[in-house]
Amino acid sequence: MSGVFVGMPAFPEAARTAVADATLRSNLRHATHTIRDKRARAVAELADWVELREAGRRIKEQTLRHLDRHLLRLEESVTGAGGTVHWAADAEEANRIVADLVRATGETEVVKVKSMATQEIGLNEALAAEGIRAYETDLAELIVQLGDDRPSHILVPAIHRNRGEIRDVFRSEMGKWGRPAPDGLTDAPAELAEAARLHLREKFLRAKVGISGANFMVAETGTLVVVESEGNGRMCLTLPETLISVVGIEKVVPSWRDLEVFLQTLPRSSTAERMNPYTSMWTGTSDDDGPSAFHLVLLDAGRTDVLADETGRQALRCIRCSACLNVCPVYERAGGHAYGSVYPGPIGAILTPQLRGTASGIDASLPYASSLCGACYEVCPVAIDIPEVLVHLRERIVERGGPGHRRERATMKAAGWVLDHPSLLAAGERLATRTRALHPRNPPGARAWTESRDLPELPAEPFRDWWRKNRT
Amino acid sequence: MTTPSSSRPTPPSPPRSPSSASRERVLARIRAATAGAGEAPDVPRDYLTRHVPDDPEALLGLLHENLADYRAQVHRTTENELPQLIGRLLDRRGARSVAVPPGLPERWLSATTAERRGDEPRLGPYELDATDAVVTGCALAVAETGTIVLDGGPGQGRRALTLVPDLHLCVVRTPQQVVASVPLALARLGPTRPLTWISGPSATSDIELNRVEGVHGPRTLEVILVTGGPSDGH
Ligand code: SF4
Repeated sequence: MSGVFVGMPAFPEAARTAVADATLRSNLRHATHTIRDKRARAVAELADWVELREAGRRIKEQTLRHLDRHLLRLEESVTGAGGTVHWAADAEEANRIVADLVRATGETEVVKVKSMATQEIGLNEALAAEGIRAYETDLAELIVQLGDDRPSHILVPAIHRNRGEIRDVFRSEMGKWGRPAPDGLTDAPAELAEAARLHLREKFLRAKVGISGANFMVAETGTLVVVESEGNGRMCLTLPETLISVVGIEKVVPSWRDLEVFLQTLPRSSTAERMNPYTSMWTGTSDDDGPSAFHLVLLDAGRTDVLADETGRQALRCIRCSACLNVCPVYERAGGHAYGSVYPGPIGAILTPQLRGTASGIDASLPYASSLCGACYEVCPVAIDIPEVLVHLRERIVERGGPGHRRERATMKAAGWVLDHPSLLAAGERLATRTRALHPRNPPGARAWTESRDLPELPAEPFRDWWRKNRT
Repeated sequence: MTTPSSSRPTPPSPPRSPSSASRERVLARIRAATAGAGEAPDVPRDYLTRHVPDDPEALLGLLHENLADYRAQVHRTTENELPQLIGRLLDRRGARSVAVPPGLPERWLSATTAERRGDEPRLGPYELDATDAVVTGCALAVAETGTIVLDGGPGQGRRALTLVPDLHLCVVRTPQQVVASVPLALARLGPTRPLTWISGPSATSDIELNRVEGVHGPRTLEVILVTGGPSDGH
């Protein structure tokens, strides 16, 4: 995984810097609290939320259990519908495939709709090295790209920027990339959005190649699904002649019907809407609508390593809704950048170290960037037991690194950072007991696949003891 | 920041055939990772098929309310009054040109003076961008979420048609095109056609979480609920 932010300090140092930044803190606090409350209301509207969550979890488990079968089915369906399927074992290979496909069209620029997978593999940089410019088209991604910045939230990547900062970035940078910001641009959100509309429209209209990810891929029909709000996704998926979608292998679902679960749980969990403004579904190519060439690049890049870990594999159920970020007390204070990866927050803390291993200080420290309060598990629409995986990863790290080891020290510091913020820990202790009561027991017969142990016996007291013992 | 580069890339090479070595590698890794694991439990489908009772009047009310809640402009009319309403709405928004998808009933545009732009042959992206509005029907509408779904059928057109012009007028025939829920909608839709689910106009919350309508898609979505129309559903 090459989406490593090079030279990234380990979590505690990065978090300390973030906490010291008052603007960042207040932006984050405002944003996470707003979404958090709205989400709770949107979820409460559905009387069968518990059943939908359970169904979502089981669909993903079924899929992962027979991932090979579903991917082969998907390949057959997509190919049958006029698309071409490519397999990429790692980031480098995926980047190479995409670069070759773009070059074969003779084009030197592409429009992109936000995709975590392409960020993870560093696609934009790889394309730039081949003389191909990739234009990010989500408003937030545009803000990040123009500001030469890094995304800090899955859903609202520029959550750390306020409107004044955004106006400044637009004024100084837009002209370097295309149509400049209108004269006299103020920091009114509507004006900023209009500036982005004008800036990007010229790029959409002339675009010949679009690059996307996908939220879901339906094996039985070969249908890809992109869920979005702004319409830039529709532009990228519809106007170009060639469409290239780079999608992690875990995004497949077996059947068309499975969408009825996720199209209900995803929008409510992420943007707290009954339904997001736009959802696009397409199956291969069609003669009279949209791109005439469609390429699907299936990406492994560490996912099969995650799949091999009985406890850790549940991270692959994630539908990237970002609900866990918005309820996380550590994320709220530390900010997304402290996680040093495209996947921030609780899901990042369990996914990143599994995808890229725990060799670096930052990655080894991630599983400690938590107070184990369990709020993330409670809101997760596919019931990923993040605290369970965190504890499991801590065990793995401790097993591998000796005392005084560099990684060991980084992990100690991360734990120390959490423990030195008494409010975080207090929140953790309070909620841990509460969520534990909510843990559903595995139904009979479930054990064999999930091996989901009960939430580890890790009340706050022993954790603190452990910390004191190990503190150097 | 990556600076703009003017250098042309090296000459095109044909697309590579799917990497069969990587395909085998990934599949082998998956099989190794899941080898010996027990069966996963069945998927329980005991969630609800719909969250509201099957009452056409109530569904219409709910659809209306939810569409409006996400800032679509909602109107109700009868089949007879439809052309006049379409004409008035286009006028009110100052639309001088309107894209016409193949199969749109001629009557619908009989009371407008806006210039009609058919899509056969296809309008280019720049022509579409210079077109003020588009009028379409839909495949169905979902009451619980306030969503209209287009599947490119007659009177709906290809996807770009309802994307590039800044005003979208969408006609929903009630009660036959209204379903209660997402599960009922999916059961009625076919995946072979490209589908667009639309819930209110384009929006973003990327700036301090303030909702701003109209980023890239049409900034105005007018939904016309037609009651008392012909019951054949076409
Ligand atoms: S882990 Fe769960 S809550 Fe967090 S982003 Fe993924 S699906 Fe959403």
